[in-house]
Amino acid sequence: MAELTLELARPAVVPARPVIELTGARKTYSTGALEFEALCGIDLRIDEGEYVAVMGPSGSGKSTLMNLIGCLDTLTAGDYRLAGDDVAELDEVDLAEIRNRRIGFVFQQFNLLASLSAWRNVELPLIYGRVPVHERKARAVAALERVTMGDRLANKPGELSGGQQQRVAIARALVSEPALILADEPTGNLDSVSTHEVLTLLDELNGQGRTIVLITHELEVAQHARRIVWLRDGRIHTDEVVR
Amino acid sequence: MTWTETLRTGWAAVRAHSMRSILTVLGILIGIAAVILTVGLGLGTQKDVSEQISSLGSNLLIVTPGSSTDTEGFRGGFGSLFTLTRSDAAALASAVNAPDVAGVAPEKSSSLSVETSQTNWTTTVVGTTEDWLSVRSRELASGEFFTADDDASAATVVVLGSEAATELFGSTDVVGQSVTIADSVFTVVGVLTSEGSDTSTNLDDLAVIPLTTAADKVIGGFARNSVSTIYVQAASAGQLSAAHQEIETVLLNLHSISDPASADFSIASQDSLVSTATAVYRTLTVLLTGIAALSLLVGGIGVMNIMLVSVTERTREIGLRKALGAPPWAIRRQFLVEATVLGLAGGLLGAVLGIVSARALPDLLDTSIVVSGLAVVGSIVTAMVIGLTFGVYPAARAARLAPIDALRSE
Repeated sequence: MAELTLELARPAVVPARPVIELTGARKTYSTGALEFEALCGIDLRIDEGEYVAVMGPSGSGKSTLMNLIGCLDTLTAGDYRLAGDDVAELDEVDLAEIRNRRIGFVFQQFNLLASLSAWRNVELPLIYGRVPVHERKARAVAALERVTMGDRLANKPGELSGGQQQRVAIARALVSEPALILADEPTGNLDSVSTHEVLTLLDELNGQGRTIVLITHELEVAQHARRIVWLRDGRIHTDEVVR
Repeated sequence: MTWTETLRTGWAAVRAHSMRSILTVLGILIGIAAVILTVGLGLGTQKDVSEQISSLGSNLLIVTPGSSTDTEGFRGGFGSLFTLTRSDAAALASAVNAPDVAGVAPEKSSSLSVETSQTNWTTTVVGTTEDWLSVRSRELASGEFFTADDDASAATVVVLGSEAATELFGSTDVVGQSVTIADSVFTVVGVLTSEGSDTSTNLDDLAVIPLTTAADKVIGGFARNSVSTIYVQAASAGQLSAAHQEIETVLLNLHSISDPASADFSIASQDSLVSTATAVYRTLTVLLTGIAALSLLVGGIGVMNIMLVSVTERTREIGLRKALGAPPWAIRRQFLVEATVLGLAGGLLGAVLGIVSARALPDLLDTSIVVSGLAVVGSIVTAMVIGLTFGVYPAARAARLAPIDALRSE
């Protein structure tokens, strides 16, 4: 039903706006004399509201792709437009700002700061985004309530279960209203119950129009997405809409 | 990220490893406390010395024998010669020769045993004239001082310092008692009020007798007419240099010396004594402060070391903050603030330790320590600057980390 509403809400005459446009993306790592081509020419377009899983065996280049999409690394050659901005040429300071405003990260290791309470962790992107102090707590609390963690605001990560920690991390990814949520093996460290919770949450977020890119090597997880991109040896092997 | 947030983050990071932070802070703390104490000790010693010199009396010129330079350029030892005599002192006391001189007190002293029927006590026996009391700014607690007649007649009378009186008789109420000095029986005619002692001389442990008595009956010897020091009091502070001139002219005449450069005596004012003494202590203070500053440098290297450890340990955190949008300058500022917090904590605690020790140590060591506000504020600022300076390199390293490498590190 959710799909149907979404399709209806978007008139066919207006083309969907692209969030990610990669053209001829190449990434070469050099260690001493050796050169290793992690990505050899990727063309990929992901539109607003899509839910895409990137899959592939280890060494296929999916981590490299995720770093490039996440503006954590820069292309060796090719073109990358994120939500309309050309990010291939940006310097470190501008990339930091792009990451802050356009991308919400969810990591396998949660990457919450152990010394900060849940809401202080969620607040972090707002601090770097120079959101006024008085707005921050309200927005952090709202994001935590969205992931049903509204009753654990003051708990530190050590006092939360893995699933709860990942929900806090998702709240942190949501809080700055980014164009893209980039999840790197978000269920890799979770048991099946927590995995189900987290994936349901991502489904809901996508249902509300969020663009999600999910990196995983588990087919079960990938099947939550509407489209699966298979990578092999630094190239796109298959790219199919599954739902 | 506002400054208060940066400070809060820095403080949280310092507290997260409290043991390590305390040890790092200790390095700075010791250096700062050492600087405050050495500067305080230097200032305190200078203060002691100038107090000691001003306690000699007011508007004083101190004439000492020696310090002559002979034709070969050989310089006579300061105070070791017998070139000053009782007649020199008498000539200076004459208003005709030296109109700007208010009083003259020659001193001839020796350490001698003073005996009563019960006990004996070795003290400084000073032979002098009736002007001594006013020239040296001393007062009597009881009895009276001896007179010019006592001096002329070589009377066996003695004025005791309060400590000497207490050691000999167990009290200071001893006027009329008898003591024996060098086989002569002396009558105690007065007791001096206590001046307190300073580090090098005890102003209360002495026995004052007429100069003639000292020369003829007590100290004697082949140099019986020589005196060790002549204290000359100018009539006022404004007449000091005139008095200085007069003393020099009179003594050169008496000693038949035409060239002032080969004078066999030297004249010092209290001011010149103070500046000579403080110059010595200033050098010493600078040296000690230099050593203390070196320990601050070592403390600073400790801060740098621990900040580098902190950067390595928190590589993941740095990566995460960068992924969430922290620009390099925000990371740099965070680590700089953290290092500055360490330095500042060391500075503040060091200042507290320094001030507390400055209060406690003088009782134990019998020296004054003067804590100067400038030294305290200066060292706290220095500690902050040290933290900041030694934090620059670790902070730059943190800011340079690539976010992916940082995120991947274990």
